[in-house]
Amino acid sequence: MLNPAILVLLMVSIIISTMLLVAATFAFRILRHWDIQSGSELQLRLERRTYLVSTLLIWAFLFEFLSLLLFIYNAESLSGQFVGAMCATGVLNLNPWGWPTLFLKIAMFFVSAIWLVLNYLDNRGYDYPLIRFKYALLLLALPLVVAETIVQWLHFTEMEPNLITSCCGTLFSADAQGISAEVSGITPAKSIVTLAISAILVIAAGVWVALRGRSGWLLSIMGAAAFVIALLAIISSISLYIYEHPHHHCPFCILKQGHGYVGYFLYIPLFLATALSLSAGFVSPWRKIVSLSQTVAEMLPVISWLALFFFIQFYLTAAWSVWVSRLTMMEVWW
Amino acid sequence: MITILRKQRYFIDYTLGTMMRHKGKSLGLLSVYTMIIFMLASVMLFSHAMRSEAVALLADSPEIIVQRIQAGRSVMVPAEYLQRIGKLRGVTEKRGRLWGYYYDPAVKANYTVMVSEQDNLSINDIVIGAGIARTRGLSVGDYLTLRSHEGKAFSFRVVRLLESESELISSDLLLISSVGYRRLFGIDESYYTDLVLSVRNPREIQKIAEKLTRLLPDSRPILRAEILRTYESLFSWRQGVMLILLLGSVLAFVIFAWDKASGLSAEERKEIGILKAVGWETGEVMRMKFWEGVIISLMAFLIGYLAAYLHVFYTSAGLFEPVLKGWSVLYPSFQLTPSVDGLQLATLFFFTVLPYTLATIVPVWRASITDPDLVMR
Repeated sequence: MLNPAILVLLMVSIIISTMLLVAATFAFRILRHWDIQSGSELQLRLERRTYLVSTLLIWAFLFEFLSLLLFIYNAESLSGQFVGAMCATGVLNLNPWGWPTLFLKIAMFFVSAIWLVLNYLDNRGYDYPLIRFKYALLLLALPLVVAETIVQWLHFTEMEPNLITSCCGTLFSADAQGISAEVSGITPAKSIVTLAISAILVIAAGVWVALRGRSGWLLSIMGAAAFVIALLAIISSISLYIYEHPHHHCPFCILKQGHGYVGYFLYIPLFLATALSLSAGFVSPWRKIVSLSQTVAEMLPVISWLALFFFIQFYLTAAWSVWVSRLTMMEVWW
Repeated sequence: MITILRKQRYFIDYTLGTMMRHKGKSLGLLSVYTMIIFMLASVMLFSHAMRSEAVALLADSPEIIVQRIQAGRSVMVPAEYLQRIGKLRGVTEKRGRLWGYYYDPAVKANYTVMVSEQDNLSINDIVIGAGIARTRGLSVGDYLTLRSHEGKAFSFRVVRLLESESELISSDLLLISSVGYRRLFGIDESYYTDLVLSVRNPREIQKIAEKLTRLLPDSRPILRAEILRTYESLFSWRQGVMLILLLGSVLAFVIFAWDKASGLSAEERKEIGILKAVGWETGEVMRMKFWEGVIISLMAFLIGYLAAYLHVFYTSAGLFEPVLKGWSVLYPSFQLTPSVDGLQLATLFFFTVLPYTLATIVPVWRASITDPDLVMR
């Protein structure tokens, strides 16, 4: 497939993996030789090189963010070229590699966000207290990125234009088999009530963490739970209100122009909020390190408030799309 | 938060100042960068506009076209096939079409001849496209003489010219009455060129095509959705090929950018040395250079894209015209409908800004770790 967007996605993921491989060899040296007390030439060289490597990684991760967006947008626009595909679901279903690519990209999104926050925090401490932890985390991220590159390559090269793929209507339907069907089968009332409870919990946790300036893990756990519940709620009920159709559960069709691109306004805040609340849990434990305690005390509230801001934006968008929808299910669901 | 933003503003302010001081270098880089983006964007905008034009045209075409295949070649369809199809559930309308090509030796060009039902043309009337009118110097009321299959000359009166909005397809089009068509080409009443079927419900199309192949084993149904899909992948494939060809120039640009960024003049080195001597950290020098990259990239992207937009939609891709003009004598002059696609913007951004950024990271880092005493000596 010589589609420009596919070429770009392949190029970006290959470049990012190369950058991470370069950074990983450096990470090994850091883990083995880093000693801030030492004034040896090796240590000086390492210190200088961290600037290069961390800049490389910042760019790599930023482009990783963008490539997630591009990937989804591209899957959406490719759907016209395959028989049976009506939205991104069909394109992801084309071969067994579509969904793993998406999930790996999402995982990389969260890992990158956490890494970037840690990197920022580390640079604020005069003695680089987190450098080993940071680069160890990078070594964990490396397999993810490499796997993503390979899986994405397979996904794009094994696309068969003549294969009839299944559209979202068959995958996300309460009568079908599998996880997507189970999720679609959740009753809307249950999912919306759960969503509301999770919203209250995550906001309470966020406010608590922001005001107390500690226990970021609380926000992380609540944020992760809220993320999962929010995705389930989108599939099982919010999407129904957006499509104004009581049986269409697709989480991708809401990204289409026909629905005012409302999906992007739901997903982008949700993902940002989740990434921020996850990183809150990674920031707060370093409060006890002398060179970081001041920074952590300043940063944790900012992260928490930002996470809350995006969560609330997501909840408001969701509530708004239910509110303006002409679908009324008053007697049936409630 | 506010302090961070303010700090960035000072960085930008300082960077702009530096760039203004080294005008020649910045302008050189900017113009090459802009050129690259202009070229890539022109190709993308042009092929995207062509694709959307094709999609818009096909929107009104019938859902199914039935051709008859004999010995692997498409031949005229007997009119009785319409009866043999009979009543198929879901088909709202079915009819035979008559069309073909006529080679005019006078202008060495092919006309597309088509029978028009709507125009109520009499046997001697024709309607012609703007391309034919231009090359043959015809206007309404003039006569166009065509040689029939037997070698006899037929004179047709031009009753109307087709609007120039649709010139991309109608430039070489010649509309004629069905009697005139049959006389001209010697095709009798019992044949059509192909059959077209309209289907209301898109989900039934596949099934109806299946039934057609069973009813008429020697026929080939062509679905509109198939044509659309083919166009879609054809155009994006072409774009991809163009991009791969242009990748060479992107690479050249990357090397150029790398070279520019690493070949710091003595003055610039001194500047960085002074900055570090007055207390800037390595990270801050890099941030300053980062802003330089952002400013250059954004400016080049904006100017290049805008220029490409004007080039494609206001001059009808004037720079590509010589290549396209080779196609035919009756070359249509047309204005593409402006359309900008978000996916294309993103693709272009990745194709240009990502390589540039990567090319400058290492040189910038090298420059910013220099020790102040080394350069100021």
